[in-house]
Amino acid sequence: MINTSGVSVRRSSYVSCVVAVMLSCITSAACAQTIAITGGRVFTVSGATIDNGTVLIQNGRIAQVGANVVVPADARRIDATGKWVTPGLINSSTQLGLVEVGLENQTRDVSARGREAIAAAFTVWEGFNPASVLLAPAREEGITTVVIAPSGSLVSGQAAVVDLLNGSLSDMLVRAPVAMVAQIEDARSAGVNARGELLVKLKELLEDTRAYSRRRAEFERAQTRDFVAGRLDLEAMIPVIEGRLPLVVAADRAADIEAALKIARDYGVRLIVAGGAEAWMVADKLAAARVPVLTGAMNNIPQSFSTLGSYQENAAALRRAGVDVILIGDTGTGDAETFNVRNIKQEAGNAVAYGMSWDDALRAVTLAPARLLGIADRYGSLEAGKVANVVVWSGDPFEFSSRAEHVIVRGTEITTPSRQDLLEQRYRTLPPDYRRP
Amino acid sequence: MHTLKSIPVIVLAAWSCAQPARSAPAPAPTTTSAQTRQDTTRPRSAPGLGGVSTPNADPFPSTYRAFPSRTTLIRNATIMTASGPTITGGSLLLRDGKIAAVGANVSAPSDAVVVDGTGKYVTPGLVDTHSHLGVYSAPGVSGNSDGNEATNPVTANVWAEHSVWPQDPQFPRNLAGGVTTLQVLPGSANLIGGRSVVLKVVPARTVQGMKFPGAKYGLKMACGENPKRVYQNRGPSTRMGNVAGYRAAWIGAESYRRRWDKWNADHQGDPPGRDLGNETLAEVLRGNIYVHNHCYRADEMAQMIDIAREFGYSIRSFHHGVEAYKVADLLARDSITASIWADWGGFKMEALDGVKANAAIVDRAGARSIIHSDDPSGSQRLNQEAAKAMYAGRDIGIAVTPDQAIKWITINAAWALGLHDRIGSLDVGKNADVVLWSGNPFSVYARTEKVWIDGALMFDRGDPVQRWRTDFELGFVPELRLPGGAR
Repeated sequence: MINTSGVSVRRSSYVSCVVAVMLSCITSAACAQTIAITGGRVFTVSGATIDNGTVLIQNGRIAQVGANVVVPADARRIDATGKWVTPGLINSSTQLGLVEVGLENQTRDVSARGREAIAAAFTVWEGFNPASVLLAPAREEGITTVVIAPSGSLVSGQAAVVDLLNGSLSDMLVRAPVAMVAQIEDARSAGVNARGELLVKLKELLEDTRAYSRRRAEFERAQTRDFVAGRLDLEAMIPVIEGRLPLVVAADRAADIEAALKIARDYGVRLIVAGGAEAWMVADKLAAARVPVLTGAMNNIPQSFSTLGSYQENAAALRRAGVDVILIGDTGTGDAETFNVRNIKQEAGNAVAYGMSWDDALRAVTLAPARLLGIADRYGSLEAGKVANVVVWSGDPFEFSSRAEHVIVRGTEITTPSRQDLLEQRYRTLPPDYRRP
Repeated sequence: MHTLKSIPVIVLAAWSCAQPARSAPAPAPTTTSAQTRQDTTRPRSAPGLGGVSTPNADPFPSTYRAFPSRTTLIRNATIMTASGPTITGGSLLLRDGKIAAVGANVSAPSDAVVVDGTGKYVTPGLVDTHSHLGVYSAPGVSGNSDGNEATNPVTANVWAEHSVWPQDPQFPRNLAGGVTTLQVLPGSANLIGGRSVVLKVVPARTVQGMKFPGAKYGLKMACGENPKRVYQNRGPSTRMGNVAGYRAAWIGAESYRRRWDKWNADHQGDPPGRDLGNETLAEVLRGNIYVHNHCYRADEMAQMIDIAREFGYSIRSFHHGVEAYKVADLLARDSITASIWADWGGFKMEALDGVKANAAIVDRAGARSIIHSDDPSGSQRLNQEAAKAMYAGRDIGIAVTPDQAIKWITINAAWALGLHDRIGSLDVGKNADVVLWSGNPFSVYARTEKVWIDGALMFDRGDPVQRWRTDFELGFVPELRLPGGAR
C-alpha cells in the first residue's frame, strides 16, 4: 500500500465510516431494517411485473410485494419511482472467496489434490475467504448470491451457495453442499488418457459408491475389494447416486453431453450440464430428460475441439426447446474469477440480443438458478416470505447505463465500497502528494 | 478480451520473444515503398536485396486489394463520426472505397445502393490495438500456439505475421463484431517479443493478403510478471533483471544503428553484417516502428518512459495499463496512448488495481484512451466494453460522452497504429470502413448489421449464405440450425 501522510489522513476518516457500517451490519439479523421500496417497476420473476409497486422488507425477509402495500410508519423508504426492482442476481459459477489473485498459488483454494483425480469429499466452502476484496465488486453491481464451486480433476468436489453479505462464512452460507462438480471433457485433468477411459472411471466411481454404501461395515473391516476412491470421497458420492445431490458435469461436445445423459439415466443421477457449448444440438434430449444447462451467451468461438459448435444463440435455442437455462459467464477466460463475476448481466443482455426473451434472461439469473440449487423456496423471486435479496436499478439491469442503486442482502442495504471504489476515489483527481514528478 | 489476460493462457503460452541481435537496421523508412515496389517486380531468379547484404524494408509486402464495392448511401441514421458531434438523421456516402460525403443532407447518386438507417447507428469500423488472432488461433491447441517465441527473453527478430494463420475462425467473428482493423502482436512472455502486424479483417489465403498496406510495424515489449515468470530459471527473474534486459538490447541496437547508418551514408567497404533483431530495434530508434509496451503498473510505466528517453525512442501505447489512471499525466505529457480493458483485472498481482474508470481518468488527463481486447471474445464486443468504461467514468463524476467513448475504439486506436489519417473516423476522404448497428452501440442489445471495409460490404447479418467461413470451419464447425431458421 502506498503510504502518504496526507492521503492516509483523508482515507482513514473515510475508512472509519466504512468500518462503522460494516460493524453495525456484521450479521444480517443485527442490521435488518424495515425497508419499503416504493414506486418502482417490480419484476417479481415468479409472477406478473408490477408497475408502481412496493416491496416491503422486514426482519430480513420480504414481507409484502404488491401495488397496494401499506407501508409501516417506521419503515425506511426507498423511492424507486422510475427504477426497476428485481431479486438479487445469482451467479451460479464463481470462484469468489476461493481465489484471490489467480496467479498466486498462495491465494488459490479452489482445486483439491484428491486421490486419482477424485476429490468428492472436498468441501470447497471450508476454505472460503469472507474477507475477499472481490466480493464487493460483484455485490455493488447487483450480484447478491453466488455459487462457489471447485474445479479440476475428474470429480472436483462440492459446491456451495453464499450470500454476499459482510460477515463470517456461517453468516453467508445459504446451502452447502448444493452440488457435486465433475467434468468429462478433459481426460488429462481426470488422470486418464482418453475420453472413453474417463467415462469408465466415472462409472467405476458411481458403481463403487453404490457398493460402498451397501457394504460399509465390511469396508471398515477391510473385507471389500479395493475401491477407486477413498472412504470420504465415497461417502460424499452417496447423495449423488441417491439422487439427493445433483451432479454438475462440465461437458461441451454434443457427444459428451449425450454420454452424460446416459450415465445419469443408468445410475439415477440428477444431472446438470455446465458449459454445454453444443447443447443446442441435443436440446430435445436435454429437455426430455429435464436436465438444466449452465451456459453463457457470449461464447461463439471454436476454442477447443469440444466446442466447435459454439454459438451465441445456444442459450436461446435451449430455452426455446424447453430446457432450463441458467446463465453464467462462459467465455473460457476467467469469467468465474475476480471482477468478471458481475458480468452475468452482460451475458443476460447478450442472450436477449441473440434470441432469448428478456423475461427468460432475468429468470436465468434469478429463479432458474434458485430452483436448480434447491433454494427456490427462499430465493430467486420477489415474493412474501422470501429472503430479502433485492436490487433497485436505475433502469434495465442488463444495460451498461444502469446502476444497482440499492443492493439489499438479507434485508440490509450494503454500501461497503469495493477496493476499486477506494482506488477510484483516490485517483479521481491526482492526490496532491503524488503530484511531485 | 481476454485471451492473454486469462491466467492459464499466460502460464501456458509463451509470449513472443526475439533474440537480442547485434546487427542491422533497415534503410530509412522513406525508402520503404520504393523498395517494396522494386522487390515485388524483381525477376524471380535474381537474388533479393536481403539475400545480398542490404536490409529490405518490406520483404513481405501486402498484396491486399479492396474487395469489389458499390456506391452505397446509408441514409437517415444516427452517425457517430468519432471526429465531430453525432449526426442524427444523417447520411453517409461510400464511393470508390472512400467516404465521399457525410452529413444531414447527402443526395444519393443514381447508381447508389441505398441502405435505410432509420433507427440504426453508424460508426467507423472498429480498431483493436491488441489482438492475437491468427497467432493464437482457435482451436487453442498446441499446433496453433504461435504467439510467443518463449525461447529467449529478447526476440526482436521474430515477426508476428510469420505466425498468422489466415484461416483462424476467429477472424470472421471479429469482423461480425465490427472490427475492421487489428494489430496482431506477439505475446508477452518476452521483454522484447518481436514485430506486430496490422491486418484488415478480410478473408485471404495469405497473411500478405490481409496486411494493411503501408501500415507501420509495431514492436512488442513487455514489463513485469510475465517475462520474469517465464524466464525465472534462466533470467530475468526479477523486475530489475527485466530492465537490465531492455537496456542491454537497446545498447546493442544503438551501436548497430550507427554502423548501418554510417554505411548507408558512405558505402565504404563491406556493409556491416545483418542481424534481424537489431534491424527491428534500429528501426524503432529511427522512429519507423512504434513501440507497443505491455505494462500493468504505474511505476513500471514511468520506468519504461525513462528507458525510452535514455535511448531516444518513444512509446506509442502502453497495453493493458491497468494502472494507467495513476500516471495519466505522464502519458499525456509524452503523448502515449493507453490501450486498456474496461473491467478486467485482479488476476495477478500487477493487475490488482484495475478500475473501471481507468479510460475515463486517462481521457480526462488529456491522453488518448483506447479500449483494447487481447482476447478474441472481447474483441467482438469492443462497443460493449467501451460502454462499460464510459459509464464507469460517469460514476465518479467524469462526464464522458458517447462522442468521446466512440473514439476509444476507433480514432484513438487508429492513432496508436499511425493510421489516423486513413481510418478511425467518418470523414470525407478516409477509407470507407463502416459499421451499421441495429441500435445504439453502447447498448447491450445492439448488434452489427453490416460491415464495410474500403467500401466493400464484408459482413451482412441478413445474408448468412454469403457469410465468410474459414477453411477450418468447413466440416468441423456445424452450421447452426434453429427452429425457424433464424440465425
